[in-house]
Amino acid sequence: MVENRPLGNLAAHLILISGVALVLFPVYIAIIASTHGPGEFMRGVLPLTPGDQAVENYRLMWEAGLAKAGSPPAWRMLWNSLVMALAITIGKLFISLLSAFAIVYFRFPFRLFFFWLIFITLMLPVEVRIIPTFQVVADLGMLNSFAGLSIPLIASATATFLFRQFFMTIPEEMLEAARIDGAGPLKFFRDILLPLSVTNIAALFVIMFIYGWNQYLWPLLITTDPDYTTIVMGIQRMTSTSGDETPDWNLVMAAVVMAALPPVLVILFMQRLFVKGLTETEK
Amino acid sequence: MARIKLDGLKKTYPGNVQAVKGIDLDVADGEFVVLVGPSGCGKSTLLRMVAGLETISEGTLHIGERVVNTLEPAERDIAMVFQNYALYPHMTVYNNLAYGLKNRGFKADEIERRVGEAAGMLEIEAFLTRKPRQLSGGQRQRVAMGRALVREPAAFLFDEPLSNLDAKLRVQMRVEIKQLQRRLKTTSLYVTHDQLEAMTLGDRLVVLNDGLIEQVGTPMEIYSRPASTFVATFIGSPAMNLMPRAYLEARDDGHSFSGVLDDLPPGTDIVGMRPDDMLLHAPDEPHLVVEATLELFEAAGAESHLYVRMEGSDQPTVIRTSGQPPVDEGDVLRFHVPRTALHPFNEASGKRMQ
Ligand SMILES: Nc1ncnc2c1ncn2[C@@H]1O[C@H](COP(=O)(O)OP(=O)(O)OP(=O)(O)O)[C@@H](O)[C@H]1O
Ligand SMILES: [Mg+2]
Repeated sequence: MVENRPLGNLAAHLILISGVALVLFPVYIAIIASTHGPGEFMRGVLPLTPGDQAVENYRLMWEAGLAKAGSPPAWRMLWNSLVMALAITIGKLFISLLSAFAIVYFRFPFRLFFFWLIFITLMLPVEVRIIPTFQVVADLGMLNSFAGLSIPLIASATATFLFRQFFMTIPEEMLEAARIDGAGPLKFFRDILLPLSVTNIAALFVIMFIYGWNQYLWPLLITTDPDYTTIVMGIQRMTSTSGDETPDWNLVMAAVVMAALPPVLVILFMQRLFVKGLTETEK
Repeated sequence: MARIKLDGLKKTYPGNVQAVKGIDLDVADGEFVVLVGPSGCGKSTLLRMVAGLETISEGTLHIGERVVNTLEPAERDIAMVFQNYALYPHMTVYNNLAYGLKNRGFKADEIERRVGEAAGMLEIEAFLTRKPRQLSGGQRQRVAMGRALVREPAAFLFDEPLSNLDAKLRVQMRVEIKQLQRRLKTTSLYVTHDQLEAMTLGDRLVVLNDGLIEQVGTPMEIYSRPASTFVATFIGSPAMNLMPRAYLEARDDGHSFSGVLDDLPPGTDIVGMRPDDMLLHAPDEPHLVVEATLELFEAAGAESHLYVRMEGSDQPTVIRTSGQPPVDEGDVLRFHVPRTALHPFNEASGKRMQ
């Protein structure tokens, strides 16, 4: 905008600020709630100022968990979630980079057929194929394991497709120059394609990590051992109490805040990479 | 350094597109050969076959003493400069130059020495730590050259390396490439569609048309004795004027042509004349005379271009003279063409007749 109208600016800012407030308010409530004692919520009024139980709540959640709701300590659940999310993310990136590389740079029989096969799996997310996938994982004895948690979610048509599109924008002469420079296919992949894909990898890393971190239905289905409970499952378990007992909201909120942190950290860290990538991209 | 020998080289793309239809060519060790021809004639395809980037459908290709038909580009000991440079955008200039050497397992100090030497030759030392995007087009072009130089290959292959530069830079780089090649004496194959570049750079020119060689020779041989009407009109700017012999004969008043046309070799029915050979003043030697109306006068400093139309002909004709003759548009002028400047062609075959 070229014009500079104070009133317009003010209105725009008011709208933006109220939008941000609307989004951030629940987050704020969650953080505040996690700092109060267990009794505060019985009174029916939500406190809006921080309480004095923060350290106790977080320590309790971190070290012991909520045994009566069947949830293990938070560090264990966070660790499980982290391993699962990282395995899914790295696995997805690895597989999709390699398959996009194969589809774009190699001429093999039925190349297009395989591409479409991968593309069609876009229409088959976990939820659709959950029963057969469960059967396969159970038959392979992968219930209650990190392998069972992550491997079935690793194949990614989306990422393959995005990398394929990106590789196709890289001029063919780049490959030819590398061939003349004595770089074989894997060297070309490692020395040229990977560095050029950093921006895409960073963006996909964030998306995939959050996807993996937020998995709910799948872990719920294939893990019964509390040693493999993920944080998302744990939160659900803590909130569903039997009878007229109310959940310990202060502790649940402490778990929620801890669960929200790793994705935020991933975004903050990766953001540097893609801002760098965006400003350095070569046509 | 090596000789490059092409024997019956053919390229058929999928879909039965015949891009190269049988090329025989022998490039001597240290020679600078320019492949020139109109767009789509197969120049790039031929060069890429030599580089190993395109498979050879038929024929044999020698580089040095080896048959390299099935060798990978890296094994052919050639270096190529691409039209769009194809520099690695994420590497510094230094690493762009060093990459090929690293892949070949050169020692770090040898790499440094060679990169330093090439950078010195091309005057790009100041940019070695920059990324390609931080360079101007001309500097990128130098880096692309440098990437070829450091390898000290048996042959350089250039595919229109100057066509992305502005006119002034193009002339400058052309001179530098020529000097560099003179100094290094590395066998070079250079593709261009710019006939001026071709004339000035090459020890020999290869004029290609539609996947076949029209003529091979030194620039002056090709300029002064074009082997076909295609070469005649392709090499030289403005292009050679071609006139039907019958038209000229009809203008013959019996004495002004002094029998010039009768001396033409048998079978000649097209007569070519270079724009520079059409003189405003009669020379002493036997010549023919044509009359034409000046339609447009173009002064280009040291020389002028006269666009004329000959009476009874609708063919536009260009004439080049030095300086600025005292003529006006609309004047009817008499041009004198020495007998030795006539190029006899046969219309049906397009070939030169003698
Ligand atoms: N991959 C391909 N598949 C099919 N036909 C091709 C392919 N590459 C080139 N051709 C055809 O081969 C012919 C020669 O192409 P080439 O690129 O060698 O032309 P060129 O002489 O380099 O032209 P320019 O001066 O425009 O670069 C053209 O008719 C082109 O359409
Ligand atoms: Mg070309």
